[in-house]
Amino acid sequence: MSYLLAKVDQIIDGYGAEKEALVQILLDIQHEFRWLSRETLLHTAARLGLPMNHLYNVTTFYKHFSLVPQGRHAVSVCVGTACHVRGAMRLLDRVSQGLRLSPDETSADEKFSLKTVSCLGCCALGPVMVVDGKYMSNPTSNEIAVIVEECE
Amino acid sequence: MTRLTSISALEALRKEIISRRDPARLKVSVCSGTGCRAYDCDKVIDRLKSGISHHGLSEKVEVVTTGCHGFCELGPVMAIYPEGTSYFKIKPEDVEDIINDTLSQGKLVERLLYVDPEGQVQAKERDIPFYKYQNRVVFGNNHYIDPEHIEDYLALDGYCALAACLGGMTPEEVLETVKKANLRGRGGGGFPAGRKWETTRNAPGDVKYVIVNADEGDPGAYMDRSILEGNPHSVLEGMLIGAYAIGAHKGFIYIRQEYPLAVENLNRAIGQMRALGLLGENILGSGFDFEIAVHRGAGAFVSGESSALMSSIEGKVGEPRPKYIRTSISGVHGCPSDLNNVETWANVPIIFNKGVDWFTSIGTEGSKGTKIFSLVGKVNNTGLVEVPMGMTLHDIIFKIGGGIRDGKKFKAVQTGGPSGGVIPEDMLDLPVDFDALTLVGSMMGSGGMIVMDEDTCMVDVARYFLEFLADESCGKCVPCREGITQMLHILKMLCAGKGKPEDIDVLQEVAAMVKECSLCALGQSAPNPVLSSLKYFRAEYEAHVNDKCCPAHVCKELISYHIDPAKCKGCGKCLRNCPVNAISGSKKEPHVIDLDKCTKCDTCFMVCPPKFSAVTKLSGSETLPAV
Amino acid sequence: MSQVNVTINGEHIKAVEGMTILEAAREAGIFIPTLCHHGHLDAYGSCRLCVVEIGEGERKRVVASCLYHISEGLVVETETDKINNYRRIILNLLMHRWDNIPVILLEKYGAKNHSRFVDNMTYCILCGLCVRYCRDVKGANVLGFVGRGTIRQVVIFPNQAAKYCPTCCPKEMECLHYCPTGVISSQYYGSRPADGQKLPHAHPVCINDDVNILEILERVGHV
Ligand SMILES: Cc1cc2nc3c(=O)[nH]c(=O)nc-3n(C[C@H](O)[C@H](O)[C@H](O)COP(=O)(O)O)c2cc1C
Ligand code: FES
Ligand code: FES
Repeated sequence: MSYLLAKVDQIIDGYGAEKEALVQILLDIQHEFRWLSRETLLHTAARLGLPMNHLYNVTTFYKHFSLVPQGRHAVSVCVGTACHVRGAMRLLDRVSQGLRLSPDETSADEKFSLKTVSCLGCCALGPVMVVDGKYMSNPTSNEIAVIVEECE
Repeated sequence: MTRLTSISALEALRKEIISRRDPARLKVSVCSGTGCRAYDCDKVIDRLKSGISHHGLSEKVEVVTTGCHGFCELGPVMAIYPEGTSYFKIKPEDVEDIINDTLSQGKLVERLLYVDPEGQVQAKERDIPFYKYQNRVVFGNNHYIDPEHIEDYLALDGYCALAACLGGMTPEEVLETVKKANLRGRGGGGFPAGRKWETTRNAPGDVKYVIVNADEGDPGAYMDRSILEGNPHSVLEGMLIGAYAIGAHKGFIYIRQEYPLAVENLNRAIGQMRALGLLGENILGSGFDFEIAVHRGAGAFVSGESSALMSSIEGKVGEPRPKYIRTSISGVHGCPSDLNNVETWANVPIIFNKGVDWFTSIGTEGSKGTKIFSLVGKVNNTGLVEVPMGMTLHDIIFKIGGGIRDGKKFKAVQTGGPSGGVIPEDMLDLPVDFDALTLVGSMMGSGGMIVMDEDTCMVDVARYFLEFLADESCGKCVPCREGITQMLHILKMLCAGKGKPEDIDVLQEVAAMVKECSLCALGQSAPNPVLSSLKYFRAEYEAHVNDKCCPAHVCKELISYHIDPAKCKGCGKCLRNCPVNAISGSKKEPHVIDLDKCTKCDTCFMVCPPKFSAVTKLSGSETLPAV
Repeated sequence: MSQVNVTINGEHIKAVEGMTILEAAREAGIFIPTLCHHGHLDAYGSCRLCVVEIGEGERKRVVASCLYHISEGLVVETETDKINNYRRIILNLLMHRWDNIPVILLEKYGAKNHSRFVDNMTYCILCGLCVRYCRDVKGANVLGFVGRGTIRQVVIFPNQAAKYCPTCCPKEMECLHYCPTGVISSQYYGSRPADGQKLPHAHPVCINDDVNILEILERVGHV
């Protein structure tokens, strides 16, 4: 068995292969591989004895799950209410322009994924953008360009 | 840690912990909450710790890394006790001075002190207006507790309330106490917790559950996270007391996975409880058994709704189900399940420690105790504030919040998140409690309080919330799914200058239906942001429709950017920063924006030096002042 | 089973305890419109066309009759101005997904095309009847929901269909008869069922393949 499925099995066993733990299991798999591939989903479905339509229902319902590979660098723009009233949409436009990505897109070379998130709990910095865990307060187009340059 | 098998063993441990503490030792409490981490507080803490041992001050000074202090605006924040000296916006370079001056010699580092809007320096936490007018019953202990150490919680009467309940009260008496305190749910609805507990207790069935709702989906609120990050045991203790009263032996905590630090601290705390015998079988020798499971939510606002949350716990899609039978009677797996919000649970031990009379002495007739708000938006002091219920909006925003930023004019405050509404200026004297806010078409909700100034467009805010809800609705029932789709479509039209006079009526008609016919509370409250802004700011809607004008200069399609030639000094800043090269002009000559090229990204407006303020936004029939 | 007394539109009716308002009303020959309800399946409560008013005076409220269980003394009104107006708006909204809603319904409640609404003509109103029938009665799980909010939709999973349909529904796809709009048969047979044209049920396809989620599923070979 591939390394991938062995890892998936390990996660599933960690929850006693219980149907009820489906969301928890998928969260761990997503965390491990940054996305949920068809292979892992089929395997999980088989192990838990759940039909695939249920897994698709769950994975497309919760926002955190991704059915496509995610970029190496996660760029999130906060669109919580506090950031919104401080101009999050304009920041999002600038970031979109800078990365040449729409929200929820991943670049073809899998370098960046752009996401919007709701409230990061640092409303005081708003509007905020987070690149790989680093917070930035309302960067200008130039500052965004610099960040894009700096990422590998 | 050894397992405690009796209440006296717990008390002995508490005594021992307290006796080991030297009251003369300075306590430096540094916030390590999510907000301050964004400001790199980790480096400050590292330097502080190594500096203190380097200077041989370890005997005299103790560093406590805590959860959120609330004043996130000025992070990283630090408070030095017993004096309560507070420093803000600390940079790693400042640490040396803090050690040399304050910790070694008791002198203040002036530049890190708080300066109030009048220019007065306030050195002590208790004198700073942001803290002074608060009543931090639930949140206050965050300053003294390192969430990694259960000892800190025990030293502050932690698990005293539990011991009192298990040791000397019957479940009925515990229930009565909470009912008498009239504790109402802090998660949104304000339903009396005691009554919900009672329903669950009396519902038929042997297996019962208690659940903590830590999904915190409101996109402008973060108090639940800050409690769980900073003082997880207070929630867990409350939960245990509730379980004892209800007769539940299993509890769930549903927490969103977007809060990694909270999940971590919570799991650690549960581990500590288990090690001490505060969880498991025969807790403190009382014969009461209890277990907790943590469920992470995978990102769905609607899963915070009680029936949806319970479906999620069962591993299903977090879709609400019709609640003609309440979840307190038939919840997880059809068993009676009591669900309460994080802040509700955190209030429970306080009621027992301080007494019902004390608790009910705070607040208004119908709403007892305090409430934590996340005071954010265009206000000077953003952060988490805990105030007695009944404080006026004006006091919260102006006394604690320090008024509106940049000298702008207040316009409205939004409470209750996507289910709430906006409240205009002439209602600022409203006392904030569950009932008063509902009366004016908003709600207290989970405690988001977003302050808006004159630069906020109310139509845009309504559109914003509907966009959020269109994405976050489960999509099951027609009124919510189709109603939100069409209302959002109309609002987008308004914002794009394509509104028609009949649109406002259509919005109201659809909203009324969605409110009454939707399956769950998400849909039932979804029209609130639209209805309340229409009620108080109708003229703004009409300006969008009739004059194609966005008075607040927010809606992109309705504004254009101009450079006032009288003010522009030709510094070239906007020209250099414009990402699409839409600005031209020679040095020291007024610049011009090519409107065909302009993408309205706002960069020029942002970078134009305040002393010139030459870039302006125009909308509708507005024109640049004549030169 | 014990009997309870309820009042529907002023009529005193005896009904069996545990029934829903809808069941009691239909038993008594009182019409309540529905789209997502089917006697063979559990009530679902998504179309909300079946809303009625219960209670009296101040305590009046709107509930979905397909889900609300009757109890002794319950007072129900099924055709008040308010309810009929709500049904009109619901039909108005649905017309932008499904443009041949039965004319009798439209006429009864006065629903007309609304020029200010945006069209999303998928012919699927997400009543879930096909999904529920396939799952709950057939145990086959060929159909399912994906997505949430305003982009939620029904999908036929081809692999599952190839595996289960021939044995579960050897004659014809039984879910067709549950679909109120006819979209499933049109997907299978290339036409609305009214045309009577039949094609072999060989290639199940996805319904409404215009939304992002499906692209995603397809792109990674999920479907
Ligand atoms: C769409 C929706 C989302 C909700 N989200 C939350 C939430 O994130 N946290 C919360 O505590 N309550 C939330 N609630 C309220 C819960 O349904 C429930 O009323 C509450 O958790 C009960 O706790 P309380 O009585 O202690 O307030 C939400 C309700 C709805 C309708
Ligand atoms: S996170 Fe430090 S004060 Fe809030
Ligand atoms: S029949 Fe009741 S909601 Fe559709």
